[in-house]
Amino acid sequence: MSNEAKKQTIDVGDGAAIPRKSDRGLFTAWRIAFFGAIGILLYLVKVKPDPYLNILKFIPDGILVTFKVTLGAIVLACVLGLITGLGRISKNRFVNGAASLYVEIIRGIPLLVQIFYIYYALGRIVQVPAILSAIIAMAVCYGAYMGEVVRAGIESIAKGQQEAALSLGMNGRQTMIHVILPQAVKVILPPVGNEFIALLKDSSLVSIIAVADLLRRGREFASESFTYFETYTVIALIYLIITLFLSKIIGVMEERVSVNK
Amino acid sequence: MVEATEIVKIYGSFRALDRVSFDIYDGEKVVIIGPSGSGKSTMLRSINRLEEIDRGRILVDGMDLMDPKTDITKVREEVGMVFQSFNLFPHKSVLENLTLAQIVVRKRSKKEAQERAMALLEKVGLVEKAHAYPGKLSGGQQQRVAIARSLAMDPKLLLFDEPTSALDPEMIGEVLDVMKDLAKDGMTMAVVTHEMGFAREVADRVIFMDAGRIVEEGTPEHFFTAPSHERAKLFLSQIL
Repeated sequence: MSNEAKKQTIDVGDGAAIPRKSDRGLFTAWRIAFFGAIGILLYLVKVKPDPYLNILKFIPDGILVTFKVTLGAIVLACVLGLITGLGRISKNRFVNGAASLYVEIIRGIPLLVQIFYIYYALGRIVQVPAILSAIIAMAVCYGAYMGEVVRAGIESIAKGQQEAALSLGMNGRQTMIHVILPQAVKVILPPVGNEFIALLKDSSLVSIIAVADLLRRGREFASESFTYFETYTVIALIYLIITLFLSKIIGVMEERVSVNK
Repeated sequence: MVEATEIVKIYGSFRALDRVSFDIYDGEKVVIIGPSGSGKSTMLRSINRLEEIDRGRILVDGMDLMDPKTDITKVREEVGMVFQSFNLFPHKSVLENLTLAQIVVRKRSKKEAQERAMALLEKVGLVEKAHAYPGKLSGGQQQRVAIARSLAMDPKLLLFDEPTSALDPEMIGEVLDVMKDLAKDGMTMAVVTHEMGFAREVADRVIFMDAGRIVEEGTPEHFFTAPSHERAKLFLSQIL
């Protein structure tokens, strides 16, 4: 009957690998990629200011929009994910069914199609800015994935924790808030970090619905100046730098959390 | 305190409890023993409905556990439980482990809860560990904290589910000592254990279970010296 709290890791998502000090190979790869990308970008700007410097001057607005979409979507997706995750473990048949259905449907439809769909579906009811529509579409999609992460995190907490809380007279909600969720967060954090990075990359898809994100700004520049290759080189490098930078931050955060245990 | 009548618990086709009836009176110390798989843990856990029984009737402090109108959290407030695997909350300090339910469930002020907690840590001899985290404590210390955590709710009844089975031998004594002190203070206790010395010393009544049934029941003297049932005799000869 002894159920020692087993350390469980959940691996979901397709973000850039998060480098840990212990993983030498990956750590070195991270450095080469990160500093290499910055180096190449600087070199190109220095050697060929036209068009590279012009490109760089043109796209910062797009980076800002990409961040806005990503941040807005991640916050919303976390809320949706928490609700969905709790719904998926609910004993209430209706709640559980609704949450499961949501996950099944969303996971079965490509994100690009969802973005189109929500953009035009919303457009029939209310007139919302494209960026808001984009945030909602990303959040709806990632909320489903996040829900699965939350569910797995909650289920990884030993049953004895719940029993101990219940036997002290706590109700289900109190048990969840004070005992289960605080512990689950530590397990959930790494995969959520991965989702965050994946979301940032997928946010490039919203350029399809007239959101002037990094990719779209690049395309605008390219189609005017006919420097397609050069522009997309810069775009790719910038995505790479941002993604690698974020994965580093998440890696550090993770280490903090595991030290605080 | 507890009145169980003809309770039945079935897992699949296995009868974990087969029409078991027992009472626990106020202030009584009942020790439940028996081979593993005999249903003793299931029986104990049915008292605070961590296991839901399939048939029968359990009254705890006058509240009917089978009645859908009964608020189970009210029952659990009055019935403490100590687990084999301690189940302390690893993300909270020892002090917070003791104050959490007092504040959340009993609605005590933080100060009041902390005072109560410190008094109990004093009682189990762990005042200096108040701000440590459970992961830093030995098994024996963790279990003493777990007992204090249950006591912090001022329960009318304490259930112990093999409280020393996960401990290294040298730590069993310190936990049993705390339990003996509790018994002296008049706490109503139901203890599932393999510690026969404890049973002999503390129990008012020993319940022996086998295959989901209560096979023998009586005072420790009767049970340890002259058990009437064959299964009980066999069990004692194996364990002593």
